Amino acid sequence: MAIDLLKDRGTPLEQQKFTWKDLVQPTYSKLDDDAFTRVRVILMNGIEAEALRFGHSCARMNRDLQVHLAKVRRIEQHQQTMVNWLNPPDQSPLETTIGFEQVAIEVTAAVALKEPDPYLAQVYRFGLLEDFDHLYRYSALMDRVEGKDANTLVQSYTDIVPGRPTSVEHRDAADDIRRAYQKDRAELATKLHAFTIMSAEHMTHDYYMTVGPTYADPVGRQLYAEIASIEEQHVTQYESIIDASETWLEKWLLHEATEVYNYFSCVESEGNSRVKAIWERFLDYELGQLRYVADLFEKMERRDAAEVITSQLPSPIDYVSHRNFVRETLRAELNLTAKGEEFVPFDQESDLSRRQREQLNSEGSPSDFVSAGYIWAPGTELTRQAPNVSDGRQRQQPTAH
Amino acid sequence: MATTQPDMGINRTGIGTSPRLSGDMIDATKEFRPSVSGDERQIAYVRGDYAREADKLGSVPPPPTAKGMAKTALQGLKSARPVQFIDKLGERLGFERSGVRVYEALISKFDHTGGFEGGPERMEVEQILREEFEHFRMLEAAIKKLGGDPTALTPSANFHATMTSGVIASVVDPRTSFAQCLEAALLLELADNDCWDALVQLADRAGQNDMVADFEKAIRDERDHLLKIRTWLAVAQGRAGATNGG
Ligand SMILES: [Fe+2]
Ligand SMILES: [Fe+2]
Ligand SMILES: [Fe+2]
Ligand SMILES: [Fe+2]
Ligand SMILES: [Fe+2]
Ligand SMILES: [Fe+2]
Repeated sequence: MAIDLLKDRGTPLEQQKFTWKDLVQPTYSKLDDDAFTRVRVILMNGIEAEALRFGHSCARMNRDLQVHLAKVRRIEQHQQTMVNWLNPPDQSPLETTIGFEQVAIEVTAAVALKEPDPYLAQVYRFGLLEDFDHLYRYSALMDRVEGKDANTLVQSYTDIVPGRPTSVEHRDAADDIRRAYQKDRAELATKLHAFTIMSAEHMTHDYYMTVGPTYADPVGRQLYAEIASIEEQHVTQYESIIDASETWLEKWLLHEATEVYNYFSCVESEGNSRVKAIWERFLDYELGQLRYVADLFEKMERRDAAEVITSQLPSPIDYVSHRNFVRETLRAELNLTAKGEEFVPFDQESDLSRRQREQLNSEGSPSDFVSAGYIWAPGTELTRQAPNVSDGRQRQQPTAH
Repeated sequence: MATTQPDMGINRTGIGTSPRLSGDMIDATKEFRPSVSGDERQIAYVRGDYAREADKLGSVPPPPTAKGMAKTALQGLKSARPVQFIDKLGERLGFERSGVRVYEALISKFDHTGGFEGGPERMEVEQILREEFEHFRMLEAAIKKLGGDPTALTPSANFHATMTSGVIASVVDPRTSFAQCLEAALLLELADNDCWDALVQLADRAGQNDMVADFEKAIRDERDHLLKIRTWLAVAQGRAGATNGG
């Protein structure tokens, strides 16, 4: 199916309708559906959440756009509901968390591979290795606290091994700001990639901040606190790669184009027919929303929408395992850190980042505690070794390798 | 009549789904090793740190009236542990009240997915529901009689509610079958049986003879519930013929 971002009219706003029954659809199956169905649902919930978040920020700064924003945002909110409610009730918050990290790994890897700007591709690879580590730490939590195998969720598509250790991901805030693309030079793909990953990371942060305190085990509560802090760093990184000189309407247009692009990618890869029908319906809705905003843009800014978006969408996101790419990145770039806008070997990190990390870890590192010596095995680590029961005596701190 | 057997299908959770991909998973663990040494005991240490500083879940409220206070005090011989007694009465009250809602969900499951050959009649499930309701009301009266507040959520009630939250979640999920949900009822009834036994002993120790008599009636009901649920499950799983009794 060929999409023309400048010509397609999609479903007109007035025809974008819902009922409560419609918003709450049968869910996908945690057991039988492909892991990438969960990945798409989690990502699209994040994309819709960003549509709302942006719409509200924009409304607070632009009185003349408020009615238009309210109209579109009401639909975005209902879209987010329908998508997010596809998650099944037998999927615990920690299980959904595993899905969030699989999104951050596989979708970021797909984007890193397609990104035309080499600096930004590096930014994605850098973030990727950190989220890759989160999957391993949360998997250790799930195994060691609940006796469950995270691979029942990732379905062997994504390796469960350490990445850049979470305990060394903590940096000074200034070292999370990157160089931005330039709006007049960047390709549409670059813009859509940035909006997509920023949205995913923001939703991840907000999700951990919501479910973290519902976890009973103290190490689990600490681990959510620690990883949520990294996700805040990631949001900081990914929003900084977007050109801040884009106008509000230009950003709105790009948000709608991002939604079109992502629903299109979902339609192209979805195997669950009921879920696919939702992606198709919302692709048409987003084309209608894009049209509405493009008309507004042309009327209010007296510019052609073609100055911001092109007719043709970039190639869709590949929902496949990126195991080999991730492993190559691990081998080559594990030892990097960020210093200002640049990536440098870890021993050249800034003093401020070192101090920040030492401060936060000074009473121990949750991600190290939870995964000390942890090696994932099919059916949990209890298939490899007998449990090590605490003798009730004092701790020995885990040591870094 | 619904089938009581699970379907065979395309479950993707095991490593058998793709031997090639799962072989890769295992290979990765050989190349990329743990970043810190140690084992799961680190988790126990953190639990210890927090246990040392933690507050309790909460407390049992004092009796709301002076009259209640006097009554509780009267019965409050040291060996009677009145605070514990109120805590456990509150626990049963909450459990029975949730039990009513679980059986309501079970009945709608029965109506929509259907029962099975040799399984219960709708009336039989309704009867269990009614008895759980009676137990709830009886406990309400018992707590009032001791001068306690039956609307308070006691620590033990809260603890049991956390334990049984999965029971409620599994019976209200539209994807679960009536036969599956009988397992949730089994979990409830097993706990119910033991907890009522304990409660009779506590009532006896508190010198509450009327309660002992009432609670013994509840125990007889719970024995009957457990036997019925076990029998239906045996039939549902093909472990017994479609005969009654156990
Ligand atoms: Fe949307
Ligand atoms: Fe992450
Ligand atoms: Fe992240
Ligand atoms: Fe939209
Ligand atoms: Fe009962
Ligand atoms: Fe019962």
